[in-house]
Amino acid sequence: MSDDVISDIRKDYLYHLVLKSERADGRSFEEYRKIQLEQEIIRKADGSALVKLGNTQVMVGVKIQPGEPYSDSPNKGVIITNAELVPLASPKFEPGPPNEVGIELARLVDRGVRESGALDLEALCITPGEKVWIIFIDIHILDDCGNLMDAASLGAIAALLTANVPAAQYGLGEDYPLPVRDIPLATTAVVLDDAIMFDPDTDEESVAETKLTVITTANGCICGMQKRGSGFLSSEQVYRIVDISCEMANEIREKFLEV
Amino acid sequence: MIFMDEDLSFLKNGFRLDGRRLDELRPIKIEVGVLSRADGSCYIEMGDNKVIAAVYGPREVHPRHLQKVTRAIVRFRYNMASFSVEERKRPGPDRRSHEVSKVSREALESVIMTAYFPRSVVDIFVEVLQADAGTRTAGINAASVALADAGIPMTSLVSACAAGKAGGHIMLDLMKDEDNFGEADMPIAMTPNGEISLLQMDGNFTQEEFGKALELAKNGCRQIYDIQRKALSDKYRKISGEQSKEIAGGVEVYE
Repeated sequence: MSDDVISDIRKDYLYHLVLKSERADGRSFEEYRKIQLEQEIIRKADGSALVKLGNTQVMVGVKIQPGEPYSDSPNKGVIITNAELVPLASPKFEPGPPNEVGIELARLVDRGVRESGALDLEALCITPGEKVWIIFIDIHILDDCGNLMDAASLGAIAALLTANVPAAQYGLGEDYPLPVRDIPLATTAVVLDDAIMFDPDTDEESVAETKLTVITTANGCICGMQKRGSGFLSSEQVYRIVDISCEMANEIREKFLEV
Repeated sequence: MIFMDEDLSFLKNGFRLDGRRLDELRPIKIEVGVLSRADGSCYIEMGDNKVIAAVYGPREVHPRHLQKVTRAIVRFRYNMASFSVEERKRPGPDRRSHEVSKVSREALESVIMTAYFPRSVVDIFVEVLQADAGTRTAGINAASVALADAGIPMTSLVSACAAGKAGGHIMLDLMKDEDNFGEADMPIAMTPNGEISLLQMDGNFTQEEFGKALELAKNGCRQIYDIQRKALSDKYRKISGEQSKEIAGGVEVYE
């Protein structure tokens, strides 16, 4: 991440601000950029959401189709999460198959949805061993101005909350809303010098060596975590980030999402 | 594989499925310098995991556009042998191994003094020969020792292990059944100074459980660090022993 094009002057400037406990856009260290959420914006998808986190824009579409279950879980629905970092979204993105940044992003979103038990996979079984509902969560990055992770995570659960299982289309009874039992949310902080900054923008992401993403559930448990970048974290920093993450996620949940 | 009934417990009389206590690591065996073509190598067994790591470099970067003028780049390739798991794995990298490679590289990059070798690359290859939960931590432990074996300047070794939760118990170093049927798994990597360079978690922890697991995992890393150090010093003690024997026999070793 830290190989992005950023001038030394800009770097020095950001470090200087940290010494004064400031950020370039005037936010406090724990403050998120303005979050805007629009749901049900793609009529052709079974569930959808557009998240704006400051200038970052991420669209998530959910498609639900019947398909074969995995052989080791014949009575469970399947979640498939994919992220497209299309070249439209950033000068750094290139066409082609997902690179490791995209794969990590998709897998973290997937981990939040899966590990929180937000989807009752057994309820998504149609005929055991033969047919189950497959939930495709497709993350489409439109504008990368930093912190894609939190935007994608919010978008994914927001899209799932609006999703309808298209049963009628496949002759499997009436359509019904996708049952969602939990609201996993990811919050990400970067460590710059000794400062911990939440919701980093692109400049902060490229200057900081270390990020920590913490995914929490509605009842304040942790269901996923990932340190990213090549720097170090002290235990104290980890504990602090986890603490604040739980609070931040609760605030976002209360404001935007309800089960 | 043990078939797990709902009520079958992960803990009997304070002992786990494989007879360990909650804060006990699986047996670890480390061998240094097991490959002759590699610049550095290491074979590790952590419980039923069998992992081999090789380090090449610092060497020329191919393709050349990847090179950095101020430092060496580090590449890490984690690969599972198709026979390493219960059901045959399709050969080649999948999405999981991409992610594991990325976080493992990042866990080690921070201790490698890359500024000494501009325009070059340090390649780390990790092959999982047998997998039984915890292959990424085994890979990092082996890679860290292999880097030292290759003589790559590092600020310290990196040690890695996981803590998790099974049957409601917080425990160190989950084996396969505890991982598969347990509630949470959290691999970490750490330098002997307590700097955390890898932290992943999936499953479900309360904040209190998380704190307990993190301290447990850190303790595990400290134990592994001692074993890594011993494996390295044993190798060099052996080499210096052989050399002094040769000198005593009147053979000129250095010309």
